[in-house]
Amino acid sequence: MKIVVCIKQVPDTKGGVKFNPDGTLDRGAMLTIMNPDDKAGLEAALRLKDQYGAEVTVVTMGLPKAEEVLREAMAMGADKGVLVTDRVLGGADTWATSTTLAGAIRNLEYDLIITGRQAIDGDTAQVGPQISEHLDIPVISYAQDIKIEGDSVIVERQYEDRYHVVKAKMPCLITALSELNEPRYMTPGGIFDAYKQEITVWGRADLKDVDDANLGLKGSPTKIAKASDKVRKGAGEKVTLDPDESVTYIVDKLKVKHVI
Amino acid sequence: MNLEEYKGVYVFAQQVDNEISSIAFELLGKAKDLAKDLSTDVTAVLIGSGVKELADQLAEYGADKVIVVDDPELKDYRTEPYAHALSSVINQYKPEIMLVGATAIGRDLGPRVSARVATGLTADCTVLEIGDFPLQAVPGQEQLHNQLLMTRPAFGGNTIATIACPYNRPQMATVRAGVMQKIDPIKGAKAVVEEYNPGFTPDNKYVEILEVVKAVTETVDIMDAKILVSGGRGVGSPENFKILEELAEVLGGTVSCSRAVVDSGWKPKDLQVGQTGKTVRPNVYFAIGISGAIQHVAGMEESDIIVAINKDADAPIFDVADYGVVGDLNKIVPKLTAALKAEIAAAK
Repeated sequence: MKIVVCIKQVPDTKGGVKFNPDGTLDRGAMLTIMNPDDKAGLEAALRLKDQYGAEVTVVTMGLPKAEEVLREAMAMGADKGVLVTDRVLGGADTWATSTTLAGAIRNLEYDLIITGRQAIDGDTAQVGPQISEHLDIPVISYAQDIKIEGDSVIVERQYEDRYHVVKAKMPCLITALSELNEPRYMTPGGIFDAYKQEITVWGRADLKDVDDANLGLKGSPTKIAKASDKVRKGAGEKVTLDPDESVTYIVDKLKVKHVI
Repeated sequence: MNLEEYKGVYVFAQQVDNEISSIAFELLGKAKDLAKDLSTDVTAVLIGSGVKELADQLAEYGADKVIVVDDPELKDYRTEPYAHALSSVINQYKPEIMLVGATAIGRDLGPRVSARVATGLTADCTVLEIGDFPLQAVPGQEQLHNQLLMTRPAFGGNTIATIACPYNRPQMATVRAGVMQKIDPIKGAKAVVEEYNPGFTPDNKYVEILEVVKAVTETVDIMDAKILVSGGRGVGSPENFKILEELAEVLGGTVSCSRAVVDSGWKPKDLQVGQTGKTVRPNVYFAIGISGAIQHVAGMEESDIIVAINKDADAPIFDVADYGVVGDLNKIVPKLTAALKAEIAAAK
């Protein structure tokens, strides 16, 4: 079985957020981590590899420094890493990003593609389903459990008030929730090996069956009209009272705000 | 793409088990405002099996027209037949704006459909308005009018962005639940109802639903809760969360927690608020025994009202709390529960 896992290097939001003059994110200026939902997706792939045997290829699109998350994934147990990086791909919205990743994945063999449900920077949850549409394969979003049965996957697909047990023939794309599992740590041997391995680097010319009109900032249908740091609200009131007075204070506030 | 051909504000009227979801009514309320600004009308797209009789409810909440796609393949939500239904409606009727709820269904359906009809999609919007793009006229660039301006938080609420989709149609957005206002239903209102069936031919993309497992109440998603009673390490023990649970119960709320609580094994990860947990924005967030590390604050500061109880007067949580009480949670919380119970009983 061959599994492709899409991962993203995201800003660690506690480090603050910086913008380019055109309103897009200045990713180069922020501290980064592997996106948590993607890490759960990777862990799910590695567990399938442990259980059934599989070759796991991690793919990321980003700046050259995004190679770091590929190394991390390989140190956890992924077999191959592909970095898709090119100036013309910058500033992409979810449409252009999914077009790009689909163009890269067309070069790979896969039975299963796993992405995180959403990234903590954009929070859109769109790229996974959009990749599946570009590749014309089924998608199962919000996976909380994944099993393989012959040539099919059986997935628990989470909704607000229920889950569906869904069966799909592979190839298929699954988006993973961070609740899916607890990702493993890198091993020292894994880290050592990960830094010895070659990472495949692809640019625009390596993308298969994609049109320039659908790539990068120019190929993004959505345009940023305005972006700004959120204006943080200041501290409110702070009181030190005895317990009974404290209770009265809170109850009065909830009444004024029509909570009760 | 001839943008002029695209007219009208459309809403995906989500239903589950043939019951219209609240988000559909919220979207209709917003769609009515947008349609007024654009001098156009509001159409609800109702997709399911045996759902036609639900159309009147959509009329009462503001739909001028309801397009019904009714087919046995559409009984329970599955991405492919629903995506086929909605994208066929878009291709047939050419809406200017297509709104979808940012639910577990809408956040799957929206992107699949937007990719199929080749347009942009802005996720999890909290503000929608009609305006110009660019916002201010720029020399050498045509300023377009009557654009849908979609505002959304990102980075766990650290930033706010306003997005437009000026050169593609429809302009698509998913919209957060609980943000837009429903109108007061107009009893007896009727909409023009039109049935449309693009034909459904199962292929490999039609997944098979083996089982539908409805959750018991304990798995309430904290992201959907209107009132959250959140506990931190200061609660002291897993057993002591009982006093938070009692408070939550009185208010019809849900218990959530900080990372420290999950790391200590007191509560499961799906109740964790914060950067590595969930981002929540309830009407009221009680932070009880939570110091308020920035990673926690990033996940809850969008809450409408924040009430903090902490014995440490210097805890950073007080920097974001609307109402901060310095004191012993073990003494205050049980009394607060009792007082609220009495207030609520008296109000009935």
